[in-house]
Parts: sequence; C-alpha cells; structure tokens
Amino acid sequence: MSDRIKKAARHTSQNEDLIFLKSAPGKRGLELPPLDVPPADVNAALGAHARDEVAGFPEVSEIEVIRHFTRLSTWNYAIDLGMYPLGSCTMKYNPRVNEFVARLDGLATEHPYQPQELSRGCLNILLTLQQCLLEITGMDAATLQPAAGAQGELTGLLMIRACLAARGNPRKKVLIPDSAHGTNPATAVIAGYEVENIRSDSRGQLDVEHLKQIVHDDVAALMVTNPSTLGTFEPRIAEIADLLHQRGALLYMDGANMNALAGVARPGDFGVDVMHLNLHKTFSTPHGGGGPGAGPVLVKKHLEPFLPVPVVVEKNGQVALDFNRPQSIGRVRAFVGNFGVLLRALAYTLAYGPGIRQATEDAVVNANYIRKKLEDVYELPYASPSLHEVVFSDALQKKFGVNTMDIAKRLIDYGFHPYTTAFPLIVPGALMIEPTESESKEECDLFVDAMRSIAEEAATQPELVKTAPHTTRVGRLDEVTAARKPILRWKPKLTSSTAG
Amino acid sequence: MRYLPKSPSERREMLDAIGARSVADLFQSVPEALRLQGPLNLPGPMSETELVQYFRARASENSTGYTSFLGAGVYNHIRSVVTDTILLRGEFLTSYTPYQAEISQGTLQAIFEFQTLMCQLTGQEVANASMYDGSTAMTEAVLMAERLTGRQRILVARSVHPEYREVLATYARNLGLQIEEVGFARSGQIDASALAGALDAQTAAVVVQSPNFFGVLEPLPKIAELARGSEALLVTTIAEGVSLGLVKPPVDADIVAMEAQSLGLPPSYGGPYAGVIATREKYVRQMPGRLAGQTTDNRGRRGFCLTLATREQHIRREKATSNICTNQALCALAAAVHLCLLGKEGLREMAAQNVAKAQFALAELERIPGVRRVFTGPVFNEFTVQFPRSVRLINADLLREKIIGPLPLGRSYPELTKCGLVCVTETTTRAEIERLAASVRTALLQPV
Amino acid sequence: MYPSDLRYTKEHEWVRLQGGVATVGITDYAQHELGDVVYVELPKVGAKLTAGQSLGTVESVKAVSEIYSPVAGEVTEVNSTLGPNPETINKDPHGSAWLIKLKVNDPGAVSGLMDAATYQAFVSEKEKDASA
Repeated sequence: MSDRIKKAARHTSQNEDLIFLKSAPGKRGLELPPLDVPPADVNAALGAHARDEVAGFPEVSEIEVIRHFTRLSTWNYAIDLGMYPLGSCTMKYNPRVNEFVARLDGLATEHPYQPQELSRGCLNILLTLQQCLLEITGMDAATLQPAAGAQGELTGLLMIRACLAARGNPRKKVLIPDSAHGTNPATAVIAGYEVENIRSDSRGQLDVEHLKQIVHDDVAALMVTNPSTLGTFEPRIAEIADLLHQRGALLYMDGANMNALAGVARPGDFGVDVMHLNLHKTFSTPHGGGGPGAGPVLVKKHLEPFLPVPVVVEKNGQVALDFNRPQSIGRVRAFVGNFGVLLRALAYTLAYGPGIRQATEDAVVNANYIRKKLEDVYELPYASPSLHEVVFSDALQKKFGVNTMDIAKRLIDYGFHPYTTAFPLIVPGALMIEPTESESKEECDLFVDAMRSIAEEAATQPELVKTAPHTTRVGRLDEVTAARKPILRWKPKLTSSTAG
Repeated sequence: MRYLPKSPSERREMLDAIGARSVADLFQSVPEALRLQGPLNLPGPMSETELVQYFRARASENSTGYTSFLGAGVYNHIRSVVTDTILLRGEFLTSYTPYQAEISQGTLQAIFEFQTLMCQLTGQEVANASMYDGSTAMTEAVLMAERLTGRQRILVARSVHPEYREVLATYARNLGLQIEEVGFARSGQIDASALAGALDAQTAAVVVQSPNFFGVLEPLPKIAELARGSEALLVTTIAEGVSLGLVKPPVDADIVAMEAQSLGLPPSYGGPYAGVIATREKYVRQMPGRLAGQTTDNRGRRGFCLTLATREQHIRREKATSNICTNQALCALAAAVHLCLLGKEGLREMAAQNVAKAQFALAELERIPGVRRVFTGPVFNEFTVQFPRSVRLINADLLREKIIGPLPLGRSYPELTKCGLVCVTETTTRAEIERLAASVRTALLQPV
Repeated sequence: MYPSDLRYTKEHEWVRLQGGVATVGITDYAQHELGDVVYVELPKVGAKLTAGQSLGTVESVKAVSEIYSPVAGEVTEVNSTLGPNPETINKDPHGSAWLIKLKVNDPGAVSGLMDAATYQAFVSEKEKDASA
C-alpha cells in the first residue's frame, strides 16, 4: 500500500484533551494594565445584577493556550497543506498579504459609527470593491451588507419581492432547479415564497420546455446557478432570461460558480436581474473552518431602489453612506457588512487587476485536465462540457459495493481532502470535483493518480476502500450516536460528594 | 502571477492532454455573444508591496490619533497578539467547514470548547457554533420562538439596539410576524406595566437586550415571570459580552442571542463578528446553525463531529430551521482563544475595570453644569447622558480636540434630544476621560 | 417478507386495522433507505389527521423523511419508546416500532391500500430502477 500512496500526510497524534481539563485556580493567560481610576464598588454599581464567578471557566497560562490550540490545529487538513477538490466551494489559495492588510492599525481598529469624515479610508475600500465587483459581473448597483451567500440570496429575493410589489403584485412562487444548493429553497421560504422545482433535462441542463409550461403569473423568479452545479454553462440562459422577463418574472443567479466566469463572461450580459457573490469562494477570503464569508448582492438598475440601507455611494467626488433610501427593503444585518472580509476580497482583486481572467482560465484547464484523466475509470453521467468543475458518479464502483462516500474517505489516506459527495442531488452517487486555479500540474497529477488507484482498489480490494480512512487520527466517527444522544458541551464531572 | 502555480509549458502540456488547441476551446460552451472580447476595466495588478502601500494609505484616511467614546454594539477591548498567532495558523485559517470529521478534529474540538464557554458565560444548556452576528442571532432566536410556540406576536423593547430591531423587521415582514414595541421607563429599563398590558395568548416572545442600548441592565427575572404568565418565551440579546464577567447570566431567558465581538474580535468597521444562540437543551432541535458534538470513532476513541445536521439547509432544504450555511467559525475560534487567555479571573478583572472606568467617567461628566445622567437603572460600561445643547454641536467641538464623543440618540429616539451614549472600557485611560470632561466643559462655554 | 395482515402506501407506510383502530408505521424498505434512525417526531394525542396529511418525521443522520397518515382519523396513542430508542424502527419496523394509533373515520378506507403482495411488487420495481 505505501508505495502506491505518493503523497500521504500522516496526521499528528498528539493526545490533546479539552482545555478545561488543564485548568487550575490561579493561572492566567492575559494580564491587564493596572487600573488608573478608583476601583468600583461592584455591589453598589450592579446590586442584584452582580454575578458569582463563571463556573468552570478555564484558568490556564499563555503557553498552555498556545500549545493547546497549536496541537489542535495539527489535526486539521487545510488549503495550505494541499488541494480541496470540493465542488462549488472554490477552495483556492488565501493570500497571506490579505491577512496583513486587514490587521493594519487604522483599518482593524475603526468603529462603524465614527464620523464619515474620519472613515474615508474604509469607505473608499468599500466603494472600490463595489466598483470592481460591478465591472466583473456587468451589473449596475450593489450592496456589501450580506454576511454570506445564503444571506445574499435572501437579500436578493427580498428585493425581488419589493420590486414586484411596487409593480402591483409580489407573486407567490420561486422556481428552483432540482440541482440547486440547499440554501436556495431554504432561502425562498424565509423570503415568504413557495418553492416549485424545475427539472433538469437529459443533459443536466435546465429543461426550457418545462420552464415554459410553469412560468405563470404567480411566479416571481427563477433561481439559477450558472454554470450549474454540474459545472456546465446553461447554453440557453439568455433565452431563459427573456422568457421570464416577458412574463413579468425576474432572474436570480446564485454566483457560487463565478470562478468559471470572472473575466470571461458577465451575468449582467445574459439577463440576470440580481445575483450574489461568495467572497469566500471566488474572491479568496479564507474559510477559517466554516466562515466568516461575505455575500454581496449585485443588481440591475430597476432593483437599485430596493437595496438594503445604507448604500455606499460617491457624491461630489466624495465617498459616503447613503441612508436616504425610502424604498429599501431595510437592513439585513447591523452595521455596514463584514468589512474585514470585504477588504481581503479587494486586496485579491487588486493583486490580479484585469489579469483576473487568467485565474478563471487556469481553473477551467485544471478541471478539464482532471476530467480527461479520470473519464475512463469513473462514470461521467453527463457528456456536456465542464467549465471549472466536473461531476462523476460512483456507478462503476457500485457493483463492487463501493460508493462515493467510501471513495472520498479513501482519498484521505492519499493525502487529499475529499471532493463533494452526494451532491448535486440529480446525480445519484455524485463525485463533484473543483480543483481551482491554485493547483499546480503536479498537484493535479497526484490527485489523478490517487483517484485512479482508488478505482483499482474498489475493484480488487473493496474492503480497504469501504473501511477507509486508515491513516487519520480518528477513524469514521459514530454520527448516529452523536445525533441520537447529542453531547454538545463539556461538563465538569460530579464528585462523589456532589452526586446523588 | 504569483498565485498561479503553472508555467506556460505546463499549461501547454495540460491543454495537449485535454486535446484542446487553446484555452479558448474550453470556453466554447459559453455562447460567443456572451464571451468578453477584451480585458475588464479593473485597477491593478499590484505587487505585494503596492498592495501594502495602498492599504496603508487607506488606513491613514481614518481615525488614527483620535480617542473614541463609542460603544453601541461594538466595543474596543484589549486583545492579545496570541489570538492572531493561533488564527493565522494555516490549519485553522485555510481549512474548510468540518464536514469530513476525521481531518477536521482541530476545528471541531475548538468549536466544542467554544460552545462550552458560551454555555458557561450565559448559564444556558446548549450553544451553537456561531451565527453571522448579534442582530441576525436575535432574529433567528425570534424565529425559533415562533416555531416553538406556534404564535406570531413578538414584543420587542425599544431599548433594544435600533439596528437589531431594523434587521428583525426586515425578516419579520415576509414571515407574517407581528412586531410590537414596548417603551422604556425612567430607569431606562423596559416599561414593565406596558409589557404586562401588551402580553396576550398570541405572544410568542418578549425580546430585550441587557445591557440595553442605553447601557442599562434589564431586570430579567421579573421580565421572565411576566412572559411566563402568558406562556411566551423570553429572548435576551447581549451585545456586550464582557458584562458577563460581573453581571448575572441570563438564566431566566429561554433563548439567548449574543454578539461575541467584544470577546476577542477587533471593531473592524462593522465586521466580521460572531453571533451565538444559547438555549435550553429541550429546544436544541429548533436551534439554527452548526453544532459540534462529542462522539467516538470505530475504535472507541473520542472525537467530535457536526451533528443534528438535519436541522440545516443542506438536508432539510425548504423545511430547514434557517438558511444559514457559512457561519463565523474563525471568529468563534478567536473568541475561544481570547476567553481561554483571559480565563475566569481575567474576565472578571476586565469587567471590573470597565465598571470602574464608567463610574469614574459618569462622575466626571456629572460635575459639569447642565450635564446629567438620564436613566436611573444600573449600568455596566455604557451610560446615557443629557447635555444642555445638541450632542452634534458638542461633538463638532470635540472632534477639533481629536475626540470622538458620545453617540447622539435623538435620531433613533426623538424623545431623547440632547442625549448621548458614552462608552468607556478598560482601554480608555483616566487622562482620556478627564480630557473628555474638560473638552465638554469648554465646548459648553462656547456661544451656540 | 411483508406481513400479510398489513396494508401499505406508496410512501412506504403500513397500517394494521383492528376494530376501528389503525396502527401506523413505516416499512422495512423505508427504514433501509433512511439508514440508522436517530430521531422521531410524532403528533400529539388528540391530533386530527386527514389522509395524506403529514403526521411527523423520521430522521437519520443524513436525511429526514416526512410520514403521511394513510387514512383519516384521530390520534389515540403515540409510541413513546421511540424517543429513547429510535433504533427500534430499524430493528422491528413492522412490529414494536409502530408510530401512532388512530381512531379511523372510515374503516373501509384501509382496504383501498396495497396488500402485501402488491407492495412487494411495487418495492421490487423501485429496487430494480435504483440499480439500473
């Protein structure tokens, strides 16, 4: 086994327990400068509101904190270690200079309520980012407020509702493809719409004939991802946009797959009315174990009045926040947005400039290279051309009793993070692979090698694959018990004197 | 380009392997009419050096050199450099959501510890692994209360942060929720008799903030009792988490929605921050957001995994408890590291310093003729002061002294004209507080 | 394989009618599709259900299945052992893992559902499609 695995990364086996178990009274990790005013009489100041101690709170030294979290970190996989082939996640390199500039004094330190004349630097960052995003997407106006893609989707749908209501009828339904990400239907419901599913055709593309039948005047919008979650461009997207517009409906685009389009094509040009971007995908801001992200929303002129308030504008050559927005849908979160994330996205965009197209091209080359090198050993459910991601299925491996989840777990033994399993729902047993432009030819070849090896193992040693991973710090975890009897926090053990 | 690891010859090799003559071949599926013919009109490209210069220039256009007395939901507290040391480890910074538990145990254990710390702070039984921020956490808590009670009416104190209330209104509009506001009393706390009068059998929840927007602590046990009388739930929002070092935790609340910014995150002009929902164990299946749970692996070793995922969008789709997917995990990690560094005594000491500074500042300001404290209720590190003239005019004078003065309240609360919100934390020095008082005094001597 | 004293629905619920009371559960096919059951959400006693109306859900780690009432009636009993032991649904789906008992409005409605042989054929077709 070991000579087949060319790029294994053994996970460190430090046995690091919970921080609470290192705790002992009297230890401190952070000391404060001495008080320079008279100490307060806490009971006089707070009275009945005064608290006892925070029971169970840790008491540890600085070095214990450093060691504890450093050891924990060594149990993680990360982009800094290798590829994440996760479809529609766009796990690209997080440039380190972005972390540096986000932490500068004068940027990290600013309060959102300070006078605008003392915030021109921050506002300029927002305005410049906004202008760049509008140029890249071909849209007319933007909000940088939403904290993530899902929140961007909600913002977009609320604006659609407001726009249609202003025209006389907000309508009742939103159409969502069966290949869509789960946030799409969840969001539609929160926006107060009913969801109707629209089929994909035999090529995995939107069934336009089906669409023609179901776009009635109770349909507010179609939510589309383009390229789709199969990684293919919707060839009739302009026609779809026209159809919707003729019937008084709007086109929402989920911009999760923008990594296939930046610098190559613009959603504003193919009829999109409103869309969101995931800055933690296309624009390189770090995932950080699950967030933070940002989900700016970009709209065409007719939706501009409904943008959340405030809007970043340029007035008389000066950047400012505009609160005078009578038709706005309101706020979707406090303050102006995830400024630190927006700043990082701007740094990424400025690093590339107009050359951003090169990143898109490299992403598409990588995905097509991997497709070519694996299409003889994994089934390609759809023959349509791939852009930045490719979707296989586990059909050829199923007959040995090996499924996509098993293959994904075995990939871990080869030193990679798994691809996206079991999504999109229209491909049973899907393997959704998006390498991004950050992967070298060498890394792509190692990935191809690993996947080909696993395909062979599935046929000759299926048990090896089904019981993977074998080289990780922990094996497959019992998610069933975790869901049946959830343990969601640490609790101090009862001593014999307190029990009973 | 330094972020692209392919040489021109490697690109050629890969295109050959694909069977494409050029990259353009790979974009044939994009209709010709839609393919851009020229480069986009974007600033750049910039080298690393130029990027740093650019952002340093932006940083110099902000408020460096000024002393600020702003709070109102975003608080300036001491942070250790150790926090960033941990956050900048590539294994934390550049890792993905821990869906593949075997190779994400670092993130998962850290989240489990974060959840524990939040429970300890708030006195609640379970806490989630972060929501976007305090305002959306409060909104999600209200939606949770609606699901749990099956009722649609929400009573919200006017003393809750105005922007938090705006966010709730935006979400509520489309979900058939009826939001009604309850005023405040002379104490600055919620008007208890108005609340009692407003509660009825359709009320899902009462929403308060403590310390509230005016800086005043709300009498939570009393409010909880009133709510319980109508079988409504109590949702308590906390924007200043450091208060929990000295203030009784909201154990009477059914759902707590907290903003964790003051627990280790820089102000950063409004975000990213981290919201948390903490509640009773019996409500856990109605709680939105990710949860890390303890379990064992196939060899009996302890490990952690995301759990109760069926509440979430990627499975439940239109029946999900929320549409949240990406959260604020790295911010939650920052809070966990910060709280471990501060520890039990450190948090208490930090809270005590805040109270001491606020009491000192209040005394200094009240010595100025015409300046008086507005509300009688107890405060933590923020308080409301009335001045003899418009706060905006005073602030204009203060700016000339490089002081960012109190937040004027008149716009959000028309009845509080000439009132301003003052925040002091352990980072505000005695000299700065004395200078504030002196400058206000001088400003008030100017003709209007 | 599927008990002959039960009737079955296309949504993979089963019904056992005794007197005017129907016992309802999910079939072996359903529990197999779901995987290990972790949680069950059931209606309250006294709830009135119409035929086809959702009566609750059965959850595994990765999926949630809505359960539909095969016939109209009023809930008289709910299986409280499933809370602490949801795995019973996997072990004994047609017996001790019954979900609810209903006082049916129209006992005749049950005979309109599939019998064991018809359901077996229905399920075999599904299994053939899945592996095709």
